[in-house]
Amino acid sequence: MDWHLLIAQLLNGLQLGLLLFLLASGLTLIFGIMDFINLSHGSFYMLGAFVCATLVEVTGSFLAAVVMAVIVVFLAGALVERFIARRIYRHDHLDHVLVTFGLILVFDTLAHLVWGSAGAAIALPGMLNGRVEVAGFVMPTYRIVIIFAGLAVAAGLSLLVTRSRLGMLIRAGASDRGMVTALGVNIDRLYLVVFAIGAAMAGLAGMLIAPITEASIGMGNEIIIVAFVVVIVGGIGSIRGAFYSAILIGFIDTLGRSYLDDLLGLFLSNQASETAAPALSAMMIYILMAGILAFRPRGLFPPAGANR
Amino acid sequence: MKRDGLYFLTPVAAVCMAAMLIAVPATAETVRIGFVTTLTTSAGVIGEDMKNAVNLAVSHLGGKMAGKEIEVIFEDDGFKPEIGKQKAEKLVKKDDVDFVAGFIWSHVLLASSKTVLDSGKFLISSNAGPSQLAGKHCHENFFSTSWQNDQTPMAMGEVLNQEGVESLYVMAPNYAAGKDMVSGVESVFSGEIVGKDLTKWGKDRQLDFSAELAKAKASGADGLFVFYPGSAGGAFIKQYQQAGLKDVLPLYTVFTVDSISLPKFQSASMEGVLGSKSTMFWAPDLDNAANVRFVRDFREAHGSYPSFYAAQSYDTIMLINSALEQTGGNLDDRDALRSALKQADYDSVRGRYTYGNNHLPIQNFYLREVVVDADGNWTTGIVRPVLENHQDPYAGSCVM
Repeated sequence: MDWHLLIAQLLNGLQLGLLLFLLASGLTLIFGIMDFINLSHGSFYMLGAFVCATLVEVTGSFLAAVVMAVIVVFLAGALVERFIARRIYRHDHLDHVLVTFGLILVFDTLAHLVWGSAGAAIALPGMLNGRVEVAGFVMPTYRIVIIFAGLAVAAGLSLLVTRSRLGMLIRAGASDRGMVTALGVNIDRLYLVVFAIGAAMAGLAGMLIAPITEASIGMGNEIIIVAFVVVIVGGIGSIRGAFYSAILIGFIDTLGRSYLDDLLGLFLSNQASETAAPALSAMMIYILMAGILAFRPRGLFPPAGANR
Repeated sequence: MKRDGLYFLTPVAAVCMAAMLIAVPATAETVRIGFVTTLTTSAGVIGEDMKNAVNLAVSHLGGKMAGKEIEVIFEDDGFKPEIGKQKAEKLVKKDDVDFVAGFIWSHVLLASSKTVLDSGKFLISSNAGPSQLAGKHCHENFFSTSWQNDQTPMAMGEVLNQEGVESLYVMAPNYAAGKDMVSGVESVFSGEIVGKDLTKWGKDRQLDFSAELAKAKASGADGLFVFYPGSAGGAFIKQYQQAGLKDVLPLYTVFTVDSISLPKFQSASMEGVLGSKSTMFWAPDLDNAANVRFVRDFREAHGSYPSFYAAQSYDTIMLINSALEQTGGNLDDRDALRSALKQADYDSVRGRYTYGNNHLPIQNFYLREVVVDADGNWTTGIVRPVLENHQDPYAGSCVM
């Protein structure tokens, strides 16, 4: 067993999991609190990546660009909530799906008009572009940065949700929406803030991944399906659930890609394991979701008192 | 619902509809070519490059083939097989085109080919070269101005043998072309393949290759062979560079580093890609009159080097033109048109080539390297020819 490789793969899994968490935390809150299915959540992920790419070119600083881009995406999220999402909360889920699918097309076309179809690469500052070596173990610096940034945001979000008044309202909203409204909380403002925070977190995930994969049109649509899996596995509306299930799915996906063909090779022919492994590793997270839906239909960590 | 608010759009709609009615001058004096490519999604940039090349070819021909007006109808497959098939159906049934051409993606071409070929139209692939259409499912009306998928990686296998690479790690996306590319390099490479990853492709394709790169590095292979077309190539190269593998695990690519991605790499100063090797049937610096003119005029119009996708698309139009010239513009005699196409009697940007029994080119393949040109632009240059007059390995199983 190659321990270096295993550790590298665990860190890779953690990095993927944290990115998924950034994306899924907003999705789960919007789904849990507003009961709103937001397919276009991935568009904020894309928007974050493109805006950040442009700002890096303008400001020349990656950090400044990230800070400004988070604000831009927060505002974009607030606008979408105020003028589009708010009008259809009361409609049924099919309307949510139709409208937010339309939003995906609008955002993709806007990105095409503004940034062209070529996509945008983000140049990292030299110190982030290198590698860190600890006791003969080498990792790209930037992947470590993603891990720390992801953990920091997760910690911040956890503080916000468990210690602040806003967090209390968020938790209350996820548990029993009707009661929160009845108690006279300004629900419009709560929804607006939650939606915009969710958008900003998705945007941040896009900004963090863009220096690795580039900003490209439709990048959010490629990952939003996995984010929904995270939400369902973790329990709709639960930040804690989103965190653990995102990390779990990050590990399963990465380790599946790394070791499944060797594992299958133990009892299948070489040829068969070669063809079966990629197919099976692509399916594993969905198998997990099916299992969770069968045995714990409300997810791993459903919000306290949620009665859905 | 405030429907009234939209009434001001009515005149606009009327004008648009009128324009659509005027813009259909289809007569017998027109040759209609349907061109299916990807114009949206992250792969849209490839489609734009192809479209530019088609338009350049049309303008080089003065807008006419054998005295007939050229009308090219571009369709967007959205990077999806099912949409590609719908568009092919539309071109065949509604537009009644004479030729259906284009197709970047093997899975899109495979989904669309039956629709086109069953209708009796000619199908000309400007990129995709799936093994199925070269072998068992070859068709008298199918032609290609590109290659069969296996050929370019076979040339790379030859290069790896020549360079004394003894062990290889292989990565490609898990779809029709990816599998062909892998089998191509495997069939020629004489060393050991120490690891292989077929990564997720399609709607939720995988672009983060951290796990695969860590495995490749740990495998201790002498070289890394990859096939990542389109924007996936950019993502791969970035991560290869960030992982610092340039000196540990030399990179050998097919269809991954191209004239579309290189300017982006240059602006992000990713020096890791300089010197990386790939094989190809063509390069911007290939020295023949047709290619010099094509590359010069393309750069003049668009400011960047044409990609291989562009070269193949340009050739598609030129091939059709050569056939029409031979038949004197007669589009109705399918047999005469087919035998004219089969002669490939035109100056291709790759130089002259011939068609095999399966209507795929028998052609040379070159080793190319990423270099800096005289003006400081990053481009690919030919190092040496690798395979001469090479025919794909599936031609033998094609009966027609």
